[in-house]
Amino acid sequence: MDRRVSVDRRRVIAAGLGVSLGLAVAPARAEAPVLRGTGNLGVVIERATGSVLVVDQTQHAAIGRIEGLGDLSHASLVYSPDERFAYVFGRDGALSKIDILEHRVVARVQQAGNSIGGAISDDGRLVAVSNYEPGGVRVFDAETLAQVADIPAAWAGGLSKTIGLVDAPGRRFVFSLWDAGETWIADFSNGGEPRITRIEGIGTNPYDALITGDGRRYIAGLFGEDGLTALDLWEDPPRPRRILSGYGRGEEKLPVYKMPHLEGWALAGDRFALPAVGRHEILWVDARDLTEIGRTPTHGQPVFAVARPDGRQVWVNFAHPLNDTLQVIDAPSGEIVATLKPGPATLHMEFTPRGHELWVSVRDAGRVDIYDARTFAKKAEIAARDPSGIFFTARAHMIGL
Amino acid sequence: MPRRLAIAALLSALLPSLATGGEIAPDRAAQLERLVRQDCGSCHGMALTGGLGTPLTAERLNGLAPESLAQIILDGVPGTAMPPWRPLLSEGEALWIAEYLLTAAE
Repeated sequence: MDRRVSVDRRRVIAAGLGVSLGLAVAPARAEAPVLRGTGNLGVVIERATGSVLVVDQTQHAAIGRIEGLGDLSHASLVYSPDERFAYVFGRDGALSKIDILEHRVVARVQQAGNSIGGAISDDGRLVAVSNYEPGGVRVFDAETLAQVADIPAAWAGGLSKTIGLVDAPGRRFVFSLWDAGETWIADFSNGGEPRITRIEGIGTNPYDALITGDGRRYIAGLFGEDGLTALDLWEDPPRPRRILSGYGRGEEKLPVYKMPHLEGWALAGDRFALPAVGRHEILWVDARDLTEIGRTPTHGQPVFAVARPDGRQVWVNFAHPLNDTLQVIDAPSGEIVATLKPGPATLHMEFTPRGHELWVSVRDAGRVDIYDARTFAKKAEIAARDPSGIFFTARAHMIGL
Repeated sequence: MPRRLAIAALLSALLPSLATGGEIAPDRAAQLERLVRQDCGSCHGMALTGGLGTPLTAERLNGLAPESLAQIILDGVPGTAMPPWRPLLSEGEALWIAEYLLTAAE
């Protein structure tokens, strides 16, 4: 902060001298950019206005807004390896490359009619997008956004919506087919056309999938049946293994007003915390043998269950209409240790990389709230327009994110 | 989409019309509009152009009777990801939403 103030003073003095000496003074706009790092930056989706905020984790502040990103009513992003660029995947099928230091769109392609998410390859050179319309995955050059591959998700019923797209080691992308109940692996390691491996028998309507931070386990959640399906990517080809089969116990499912989401941070130490579908529960699964350890009854239908980076807690948010609440669960015991009420439409959570803070978007209050992740005290707020997803730059170095 | 129309046609043939359920107050109407855009929009898109759920633009819904559409909202579509909203909405509110969707400008 002090350094910034002194730079401004020098500029004002220089301008004054320039005027008194009759020299042309450059307009105030053309100042040299302040040198700064990206490691403590993040991007917040503003879902209703086609914009994103660039946020500074240290300052607890928004430092810029980038507009013109189309329909971001479901949007996610991945980072380039240098953390400078983010690739934003918009609901309307647009793929935008944004510069988080210069706060501008550097490239943009309308690559499909409707899409749900994306991933970046392990070498940072390929960006893949998971499309609903047309069903399939398209892959682009990370530098230029030129299309490199088109993988239609063709099955007996036509083209399937694709979900659960992640990167995997070895220049691969893994994704699943909602309509077809399959998982495909697209291997780009030979440099030319991808080699596609199709795995059938994933189950009815996989709705999302996670890959563990070591890139080994891919777990697809199912909407059309009780259970999830796990793949060990070290196998060739991986064989689907159903886990938590019949977890609904034959009981009638509750309505699901928003789909849960699966991410690699479902892994809390030695166990996965997985949202049940149609039950207000978190399901705990042993990470070694994939058997059920237990369940935690929750406030509502879980949408995100996010492990604190130390793995000792999992923080959970919920679907409409019970979406003003966060619950904190102690992972070893499965006990709820706190219930927080950030505000109306608590949509998304992100921990700082070493876990000292939890940032949460509160859409209908127009805020991103910042909590102390150990004391649960609220520390700060950042004004935002209908905020949803929060993405910190540390994701640039994490498999699956 | 033909399947959706078939379901709606079947429903409107079999079921009596829903009562209009009375007036929706302006602030509730504003809440319902926001619900449609933001929460129904989770699956159907904020611009109602679709997502996991089908597009719900006025153009795509053209021809459906409001009562049939309200019935789908209230009871969902079993076997799909469309849940029943009956626990959260009155019949009058569902009808309001149906009429909103059928006449939405964009």
